Amino acid sequence: MRIPILSIHPIKVLRTPRHFSSKSASRASKNRSLSSARPLPQEEVESDWGTIHDYKQRAMIPYHPARLAPSIQERTSAAQEMTLSYAGTVPIPITSNLQLIQPEDDTPRGIWPVYRLMVSTHRRRPQNALRTLEQDGEIRDPAYDGINQPVLRPDVTTPDDVEDNLDQFRAFLAHAHPYQSDEIQKSGLLRASKYPYVDTNSNNTLLRAHRQIVRLRQMDDILLNAQRQGRISFYLTCRGEEAILMGAASALEVGDPVFAQYREQGVLMWRGFTLEQFTNQCFSNILDLGKGRQMPIHYGSRALNYHTVSSPLGTQLPHAVGAAYRLKLAGEPNVAVCFFGDGSTSTPDFHSALNFAATLNAPAIFLCRNNGYAISTPTSDQFAGDGVISRAPGYGMAGVRVDGNDIFAVHAAVREAKQYALSKNAPVLIEAMTYRQGHHSTSDDSSQYRSVDEVLTTTENHDPLNRLEAFLKKHDLLSEEDVEVMRKQERNDVVKAMEQAERRPPVPMRELFTDVYHDMPLHLQRQQAQLEAHVKKYPEKYA
Amino acid sequence: MLSNFSRHSFVRVGKSSALAKSTRSFAAATQVAVREAINAAIDEEMERDESVFILGEEVAQYQGAYKVTKGLYEKYGDKRVIDTPITEMGFTGLAIGAAYKDLRPIVEFMTMNFSMQAMDQVINSAAKQYYMSAGDLACPIVFRGPNGFSAGTAAQHSQCFGAWYSSVPGLKVVSPYSSEDAKGLMKAAIRDPNPVVVLEHELMYGVSFPMSEEAMSKDFVIPIGQAKIEIAGSDVTLISFSKTVGLCLEAAEALKGEGISAEVINLRSLRPLDRKTIIASAKKTGRVVCVEQGWPQCGICSEIAAILMETDAFNYLDAPMERVTGADVPMPYAVDLENASLPQVEDVLAAVRRTTYRKLAA
Repeated sequence: MRIPILSIHPIKVLRTPRHFSSKSASRASKNRSLSSARPLPQEEVESDWGTIHDYKQRAMIPYHPARLAPSIQERTSAAQEMTLSYAGTVPIPITSNLQLIQPEDDTPRGIWPVYRLMVSTHRRRPQNALRTLEQDGEIRDPAYDGINQPVLRPDVTTPDDVEDNLDQFRAFLAHAHPYQSDEIQKSGLLRASKYPYVDTNSNNTLLRAHRQIVRLRQMDDILLNAQRQGRISFYLTCRGEEAILMGAASALEVGDPVFAQYREQGVLMWRGFTLEQFTNQCFSNILDLGKGRQMPIHYGSRALNYHTVSSPLGTQLPHAVGAAYRLKLAGEPNVAVCFFGDGSTSTPDFHSALNFAATLNAPAIFLCRNNGYAISTPTSDQFAGDGVISRAPGYGMAGVRVDGNDIFAVHAAVREAKQYALSKNAPVLIEAMTYRQGHHSTSDDSSQYRSVDEVLTTTENHDPLNRLEAFLKKHDLLSEEDVEVMRKQERNDVVKAMEQAERRPPVPMRELFTDVYHDMPLHLQRQQAQLEAHVKKYPEKYA
Repeated sequence: MLSNFSRHSFVRVGKSSALAKSTRSFAAATQVAVREAINAAIDEEMERDESVFILGEEVAQYQGAYKVTKGLYEKYGDKRVIDTPITEMGFTGLAIGAAYKDLRPIVEFMTMNFSMQAMDQVINSAAKQYYMSAGDLACPIVFRGPNGFSAGTAAQHSQCFGAWYSSVPGLKVVSPYSSEDAKGLMKAAIRDPNPVVVLEHELMYGVSFPMSEEAMSKDFVIPIGQAKIEIAGSDVTLISFSKTVGLCLEAAEALKGEGISAEVINLRSLRPLDRKTIIASAKKTGRVVCVEQGWPQCGICSEIAAILMETDAFNYLDAPMERVTGADVPMPYAVDLENASLPQVEDVLAAVRRTTYRKLAA
């Protein structure tokens, strides 16, 4: 756990009370109508950090630097950096300090802060923003948290040949950003792999993550269009959530079983599922690993420890607890990781699973992709409390909230969570805040319940791929031409895989009867033989 | 021709030892209660295989809600005998997750009525998963619990789930009657790599049956899918499962006095149904009366009627099949109403008499 620098550098607090109350009033309107709201507490509270007004309106974590120090308030551009708000939710204070709030810690009062390592790019800037473009692609400045630290900056340039030496880049970054050096040094994304990755043929993990996101996006685009053209029956994109998937997958190993909901194809892709395997499943052809049993996007792979996707929401949560329990009994250094969305947190399985994991001491990581919508239900209708993460102390488990569009933050959180879960045999809840850029699925038209403008603005300003690319370009790891070439290459690969998959023959009819039971019962054997004889007798009807 | 609409309010057959008739004449036989037989089966399997564990409400320190898991907590500790919070959906899901990872859980439902809370997990995550995942996710799990009526527990604690579970492909469903059935089927269920539902009966837990030497051994397994002919007969076939087998045995005894020789079949396994035995017996006697406790529509008896229609057993029938089932109402509480909603011996006798007096033109 990080020892905050705050204890060494006390914050100087400049007070402008009126300025404060106007700010808090605007933030006060959560989702309750103001007419029915009680007047907000205006009392002053003495604390180590000076007089604080309206403390209930701000996240109060003792010794936590996520404080809106008023010296920063004057900088309007900085005000944009202070809160995160996707999907029209309540503005959430941002912090540069990754702290896994454990059950023994004091719980944040009010809104839990969200951890972010990398600055968000704002392509479409609001009118009063004064931020300059140089800040895109940066590691977040802890001064926005009110932390004064010596800044060793910008004469330090990114070393050459970083692409071939990720470890050197990591050392440079850690040196340039001393406050976050801990997370940077521990980050697996900034660590070269032992053996070259098969798909990129290089050891560079960070560039592989970027490439995989590009590939994932192209696959989503093309298969979505394939559904619109009637070539497959159903598809579901994970557009906007790729940072969560790649960030989490890169912090895990194949030995960690993944219990996905349905929007996590990125995790499978990171582990090594090929484009051919994806498209074979969507087209249900003879090479489909699932033998044509499931709808498209219900991938599964025993080899990659990714449990076959099951449609009912939330059922995978107790499964993950069971698997985690088994891992604990066997003493394996692995955790069970479970992905789900904000809507699934309302299912009874969510409650049972989290309560169970905490009482049974099961090393499970529950990763909630809070993307603002459960089909058409916005999170304002889904919960009345502070999102999903506020429930963690209720169950007696550790938790942290991260910016889901920041791949480094998600990676750091999952890495920390895995370490915690293994060392203490305890579950962890991670809430990753993000935005669902696409429709819920091909059976949905999201313009019915949200404005196209909201989608476009959020996409332009907070897209995870844009953020990562800005970071890579800023540090000379990538150029615009490289990205173009990569996009075209990946697109061609996906199209080729899809066309091949479409042309393959369908699953043979004998697979209708297999795998109902471990050993095929007599009556099914007979029916299978009958069907085969029938097809053989009338081949022209079944060509 | 449903006989469940004609009721006589008799005192319901209780735990009388008239039912505990031995149908096997082995010399050395010990009297063992059904609950002890199940306990022995679980104990022996847990000893034999370390990956077997049992979880449910009250199974550990309370020794089981019906004392079926008595002594297991002391013997195996809290890693393998786990008390769960009150969330059927949760602990069923947890057990299924563990089963996916090659453990062999036994999930106890306090009554199978509460398994309705977990029905989605049982069907969508256990029964169908081997098929849907094309063999990736096997689920070697056992769901067990008392099924069907009890004494004065009313509608939400008296439903029979035989028909619902036995209609699901991917599940195996067994329902024992005697202690031997209970032990052999439970062991078979635990050793089976498929998900198995074991429908016990609360009122049978205390009933003792003689168990042979062979049945007391540690490897006594009754293959799933085999029915048992409790009494051989020639005039009419009585088919049933679980507690109502006792009813049929009593009726057979009474019919002997009337000169009707009844063959009693104890199904033992609802999925797969032992179609061979049913058809062979129907061919032999030509008259069938099927008895079950559950509701008449789409019940086990309906399935047996379909078997008799679809196979060549139809050609051997001398009379239409008769069903004696529970009344088509949620189970009431008052004693007389409850008795009126359940099949009684008189109903079975009436059905048999109707069946045997009906003769096609000779």
